[in-house]
Amino acid sequence: MSWFKRVEKGIITPTEGKKETPEGLWYKCPSCKTVTNTAEHRKNMYTCPSCNHHDRIDSAEYFEILFDDNKFEELDPNLTSADPLEFVDTQAYPSRIALTQRKTHLKDAVRSAHGKMNGVDLVVSCMDFKFIGGSMGSVVGEKIARAIDYARTHKIPFLMISKSGGARMMEAGFSLMQMAKTSAKLALLANAKIPYISLLTDPTTGGVTASYAMLGDFNISEPGALIGFAGPRVIKETIGKDLPKGFQSAEFVLEHGFLDFIVDRKQLKQQLTDLLTMLQPEGTAEMAAIETVAKSTKKVK
Amino acid sequence: MLLDFEQPIAALEGKLQEMKKLAEESQVDVSEAVKALEDKIKTLKKETYANLTRWQRVQLSRHPDRPYTLDYIQGMAEKFIELHGDRNVSDDKAMVGGFGELDGRTVMFIGQQKGRNTKQRQLRNFGMANPEGYRKALRLMRMAEKFGKPIVTLIDTPGAFPGLEAEERGQGEAIARNLKEMFSLTVPVICIVIGEGASGGALGIAIGDRVLMLENSWYSVISPENCSTILWRTWAYKEQAAEALKLTATDMLKHKLVDGIIKEPLGGAHTDPEKMIKTLKKKILETIDELEAIDPEERISQRIDKFSNMGVVNELAGGIENNYTII
Ligand SMILES: [Zn+2]
Repeated sequence: MSWFKRVEKGIITPTEGKKETPEGLWYKCPSCKTVTNTAEHRKNMYTCPSCNHHDRIDSAEYFEILFDDNKFEELDPNLTSADPLEFVDTQAYPSRIALTQRKTHLKDAVRSAHGKMNGVDLVVSCMDFKFIGGSMGSVVGEKIARAIDYARTHKIPFLMISKSGGARMMEAGFSLMQMAKTSAKLALLANAKIPYISLLTDPTTGGVTASYAMLGDFNISEPGALIGFAGPRVIKETIGKDLPKGFQSAEFVLEHGFLDFIVDRKQLKQQLTDLLTMLQPEGTAEMAAIETVAKSTKKVK
Repeated sequence: MLLDFEQPIAALEGKLQEMKKLAEESQVDVSEAVKALEDKIKTLKKETYANLTRWQRVQLSRHPDRPYTLDYIQGMAEKFIELHGDRNVSDDKAMVGGFGELDGRTVMFIGQQKGRNTKQRQLRNFGMANPEGYRKALRLMRMAEKFGKPIVTLIDTPGAFPGLEAEERGQGEAIARNLKEMFSLTVPVICIVIGEGASGGALGIAIGDRVLMLENSWYSVISPENCSTILWRTWAYKEQAAEALKLTATDMLKHKLVDGIIKEPLGGAHTDPEKMIKTLKKKILETIDELEAIDPEERISQRIDKFSNMGVVNELAGGIENNYTII
């Protein structure tokens, strides 16, 4: 599986394409304007070779980056939104969902999978921002809850990759309670002493920040990611002043003590592997470490 | 202050007072007319409050004369010792708490506090807590657990404060931690939305064995005004937004997102605060009895199960689309 990337005013829309990345397509970095060949950009894990700007990517890309040979079993792929409140704003909720599904080829704003990362079992739930701003409704909450249950039952570490504007308004009270539900499941996971890593990517705000995204044994992020509870616009309106430069960036959040570390996407897989390997019960760690080193020396240039 | 739908009732009540006064002065028997007018007022009140729109309930929930958290605590507890501070940054005046005594039983009260005049409103930050408020709440909850006392939280907030320092000190983390920790509290936890229950700022103290709502309170992921601003790009659609959000006690109970509704005096809590406080006290004591009869571990597992079941999804299985409430 590979991706064909279309560049449109800095918005990248990956769609399922042919085996090879077509040549002659270019990616322009929204940050430093450097132009890179899309194949090169992809090889660079969607980071700018010039300024290291980390481009927003979707679950498909994260799964490919993390899982060995891009092999994984998708969990609960068939959950879709209902419309319990019969919510209508400028359009009816079901038609908004249907339209978004057609446009994105996604069922909702999160996908879960079980696979191996450098030989280590891992359960990942990864949000897709392009699905209604990665908003959290019943489907997102339920899929994350089930992935956590799966990790707990099978005693596999859990990685949550957040990328969301917050709760999904069209599911109102139901959305709000997904914060409670996922937190309940994480409490159970913690009791079972299964590692939980929360990767907060650009952007992670609102109810997602105020629930599972901030509840990792390890809260980590990518360079430059926007992380906050309230959105910058709301804060600006509240205080009536411009916000300081770098406010709510991953670096800012790290400095204030709410992140364990920031990891370059190109080191993500190895860093996570090292971390999880260290957490394994004595005896198993050494063996896994040897395997990991053997594997990674083959892959890293 | 009178809300628009309160005005016709107030006008009739004014007329009634006038009539009574006139009768007294002139010694004329107007008892029949008085009776007729009283009946008319009663009917109008019943009709008005049985048919309130969702937006009108939101207005009632924010009525400036409505009892606030400390009014309830001081009104129902024989003794109350307020406890301050998160032991870290400061004392958040928007979140209050402390041990109180209800019919001789010790209860930990926690809740957001609004102010009644300009100065008070500023002091209480309009009931919008900072991270230290949520951390103070958690500290008090853990203390209640240590001494085996039930917890009662009173929710009344337009949201967690969206400020610069709030972000620096981890508003998201503070709320998230409370959500997770409240699932492991070994003592009974009762949460009551007494006014506004807006978003994560409300939920941050609302993970309970019983979550109850006063009849004219609201609880949702966002306020109608902010919802309108985001979806319609103007505040003007707040009434439609309130309808769409289905944020009333009746709506939330219907969708099994809360466990019960507490009736208010006809006309709203502010028309008879004493009666309201009495009703709430009775309900709290009953609920504590009910919860204390359950084994602590069982109580926790029921609490987790209840919230785990919230949500409605479709699942495509074997080609058949099932719309069901998650079980
Ligand atoms: Zn660049």
